[in-house]
Amino acid sequence: MTEPARIRNFCIIAHIDHGKSTLADRLLEATGAIDARNMRAQMLDTMDLERERGITIKANSVSIRYTPPGGQEHLLNLIDTPGHVDFSYEVSRSLAACEGALLLVDASQGIEAQTLANAYLAIESGLEIIPVINKIDLPAADPVRVAKELAGILGGSPDDIIAVSAKTGAGIAEMLDAIVEKLPPPEGDPEAPLRALVFDSYYDTYRGVVCHVRVVDGELETGDELRFMATSMLADADEIGVHLPASRVVKKLHNGEVGFLITGIKEIDLIRVGDTVTSAANGANRALPGYNEPKPMVYSGIFPIDGDDFERLRDALERLRLNDSSLMYRAETSRALGFGFRVGFLGLLHMEIVRERLEREYDLDLVTTAPSVQYEASTSDGRILKVSSPQDLPDRAVLESIAEPFVKVMIITPSEYVGTVMELVQQRRGEMGEMTYLSPTRVELHYQIPLGEIVYDFFDQLKSRTKGYASMDYEPAGYRTSELVRVDVLLNDVAVDAFSTIVHRDKAYSYGRQMATRLRGLIPRQLFDVPIQAAIGGRIIARETIKAKRKDVTAKCYGGDITRKRKLLERQKEGKKRMKMVGAVEVPQEAFVSALRIDE
Amino acid sequence: MPAPDSIELADQAARWRSAYVHIPFCRRRCPYCDFAVVAPGDPHTDDPADLTKRYLAALHTEIDTQPAWEPLDAVNLGGGTPSSIGAAAIGEVIEHLDSRFGIALGAEVSIEANPEDVTADLVEGLLAAGVNRVSIGVQSFDDEVLRFLGRAHTSLEAAAALEMCVPHFACGVDLIFGAPGESLESWRSTVATALAAFPQHLSAYALTVETGTELWQAVRKGAAAPDPDDQADKYELLQAAAGAANLVQYEVSNYARPGFSCRYNLSTWGQGEYLGFGLGAHGHRAGVRSRNVRSVLAYLKALESGHLPEAGRETTAEPEVERLMLGIRRSCGVDLGEWEDAAARHAGLQRLVAAGVIEMARGRLRVLRPLLADDVAATVLSLSR
Ligand SMILES: Nc1nc2c(ncn2[C@@H]2O[C@H](COP(=O)(O)OP(=O)(O)O)[C@@H](O)[C@H]2O)c(=O)[nH]1
Ligand code: SF4
Ligand SMILES: [Mg+2]
Repeated sequence: MTEPARIRNFCIIAHIDHGKSTLADRLLEATGAIDARNMRAQMLDTMDLERERGITIKANSVSIRYTPPGGQEHLLNLIDTPGHVDFSYEVSRSLAACEGALLLVDASQGIEAQTLANAYLAIESGLEIIPVINKIDLPAADPVRVAKELAGILGGSPDDIIAVSAKTGAGIAEMLDAIVEKLPPPEGDPEAPLRALVFDSYYDTYRGVVCHVRVVDGELETGDELRFMATSMLADADEIGVHLPASRVVKKLHNGEVGFLITGIKEIDLIRVGDTVTSAANGANRALPGYNEPKPMVYSGIFPIDGDDFERLRDALERLRLNDSSLMYRAETSRALGFGFRVGFLGLLHMEIVRERLEREYDLDLVTTAPSVQYEASTSDGRILKVSSPQDLPDRAVLESIAEPFVKVMIITPSEYVGTVMELVQQRRGEMGEMTYLSPTRVELHYQIPLGEIVYDFFDQLKSRTKGYASMDYEPAGYRTSELVRVDVLLNDVAVDAFSTIVHRDKAYSYGRQMATRLRGLIPRQLFDVPIQAAIGGRIIARETIKAKRKDVTAKCYGGDITRKRKLLERQKEGKKRMKMVGAVEVPQEAFVSALRIDE
Repeated sequence: MPAPDSIELADQAARWRSAYVHIPFCRRRCPYCDFAVVAPGDPHTDDPADLTKRYLAALHTEIDTQPAWEPLDAVNLGGGTPSSIGAAAIGEVIEHLDSRFGIALGAEVSIEANPEDVTADLVEGLLAAGVNRVSIGVQSFDDEVLRFLGRAHTSLEAAAALEMCVPHFACGVDLIFGAPGESLESWRSTVATALAAFPQHLSAYALTVETGTELWQAVRKGAAAPDPDDQADKYELLQAAAGAANLVQYEVSNYARPGFSCRYNLSTWGQGEYLGFGLGAHGHRAGVRSRNVRSVLAYLKALESGHLPEAGRETTAEPEVERLMLGIRRSCGVDLGEWEDAAARHAGLQRLVAAGVIEMARGRLRVLRPLLADDVAATVLSLSR
């Protein structure tokens, strides 16, 4: 065992692309955890999607042995955290397993919104923070300015801030020493009953649920009979181990240590991330403080194109949820789309990732409806209903008012773009809050904006209007009553619930018009004329017609090239398969999402 | 004599054996064309006479590589521009096919000809060579449209060519409709002029923007593209006019007088077997579809060094589905055979029935609105699985 005094549990927090995954690679390399030969870029990003997109989605952990010059060997447990705004929930989970954090900032970019948001989270969790400036090898690096910004927020002297290049390896040794010197060792009582925090879990086809745990008190031993405190579930510690990063089985994990635990539990939902594991007999009687339950921010309907795939979709969601406890879903029936699920996501990226995984890993053809937020509808009999799907909005006769979720948005931007940002926020019904200068040229802006106004494309808009320089982060800020109405869409005279959306009254008319025009462009011509109408409570506000298709035949097949002809037709057949029948109309998947993506 | 659109004829055609011979040479490359063509300005065309000589030699070598077969019911020289190599060379090819495989009595021996090549000498030479069918690449009788299509001939030359061929051959007019800028009036008069020449056969294809062509490039850069509705109007105009002139529509794009439907064409849509010789040519024998290379240099090199010029071959997957996919192009439709029950239960096909696009009766599927034939074919393909 490693005695707690020689253990450091830490994470790296950073704005996306500031080099967290690369730095983790350098650490692994520098400490010989893996040799350069086995090095793949971004070692900790294991999911295919993470590698492809170059972003970290899930937290991962790895144990590293490091001996500082002239000192004793230490065990450094690095917990990687996601850097995207959608996943701040995962960040807070990883924070709970650490005593310290490296706050990594790109020397050419400076502090960004997620740098701050994550730094605040870490400070609130009582973590010791080591600021680190990365990418000092870049010609555009300005470590002096960035050090000033950091000192302005964290206190201390700019001169003490460590500067590294995760690319060249410069400064890494100094940083490792700082981890050992400045970060506190884990506390916790070795004699107390076992308490271990489940801070992550994933599903392994052969071994069932694998939990990442941080032992806080006592020790966890192979063969122990365990209790998961939130669920009162009993299980055996079948296998315990550590990631080095290759997994190695150990007999015990002591207080302060981080590793994995396999209990043979294969059931969905039985293990909750954030739960505390204790001994079945004479266990602890108080669980560790859990962290915030993840709250979905956006909801969307997911339906199989082929109704027969419903069970497969359920199965796939269940499996995804094993790796991703932030994923919430319930069955939903749509008149237009049949049986499917209403799924809650942490944000739009999360939604995209889940959808992509369902299609790719589970080979499903899906329709995803436009994202919606969760509204609160007050009815005349005094009830308040949570409405995460526009079709669930109560009838107008009994509907008193609708409240919508607001978010506190923090935006950091070069000062020259303040006007542009304000304009965008105003279009989205936002209210201005504080404005602070981080430096003469960088401003921190605070707003309250309806969540529904930012879920579609706010982030993209912000980026494009500030040439990519602004960054943002947001957190929930409660509900407020607004003048909201539901706009319905009728396709071929039949209301298509999947196209209904709740929007502000002032925007309803132009929204309906845009929606009808857009659908006309998105839905291919059919065998008959298809009218499209937008309506508010039965009143038609826009109308378009998709003219019947008249010609769908290609010229002769040249020189008897039947193979090519068949290929083209097979492709056309595949295209048809990916269409959803809505009444008698074939609607392509993209229409369900794209139609509701509104440009300014 | 069976009618062009009769089931009997279609079934017969499925058993015919054909040979397709590709002659790639053209005076220039038309901007919409994606055929395997060799045109001046292409690499290795500085000495065209020599290239043609080498090509024909290679072609003859290739004919010799094919194992013997039963006598051919149809021989079709396509292109490119077969008429450009002259009657003598054409005659040699036909003779070689005859000596190698035999050409059945009453077989169809056809070539494609461009109007600018048609002279009294050529007609005489072709007759002597045993050609009994000529399709003339008229495309349009509107000189504006011909210019847009980048053709090397005028409407007057086209009319003259027809006048020379109709009395001697089963003579077909090939037309293209729906080029941007072609008015409905222009098309009406092209059709009228074509019918007035009293051809035995008529093919009309909607101008299509094929990837990689000059036309495709232009359209991508913002030039007008053919309009499918305009093409549908023109298609229907032709259907009516051809019918009034007693030409029977037997396939999506083909019309004939009784006794003059194109065998090679019917055989293709009847899933018949054919040999393919020449650049980019396709063959279909014993359930295998093969194709030749499309680069003339590769073709020459292969045959000159004793190799086959083949670029690939595939065994037909689910030949019965392919049979349906092809057969629906014909006016007489296709025998559903083992698919009859599945078709009756197929939601997509039922929608097509309801919309009046197809008819399923007496075990056959017939397309009533041939302009939607690809929609039908794609739906038919989904019968499998
Ligand atoms: N020049 C330079 N590039 C770096 C450095 N560290 C990371 N990068 C690059 O910055 C990009 C983002 O790095 P990544 O580790 O994926 O960032 P993450 O999103 O924080 O995990 C990648 O293209 C890295 O190669 C560095 O020290 N110097
Ligand atoms: S003449 Fe025919 S084969 Fe030659 S380029 Fe023109 S369209 Fe193509
Ligand atoms: Mg990363």
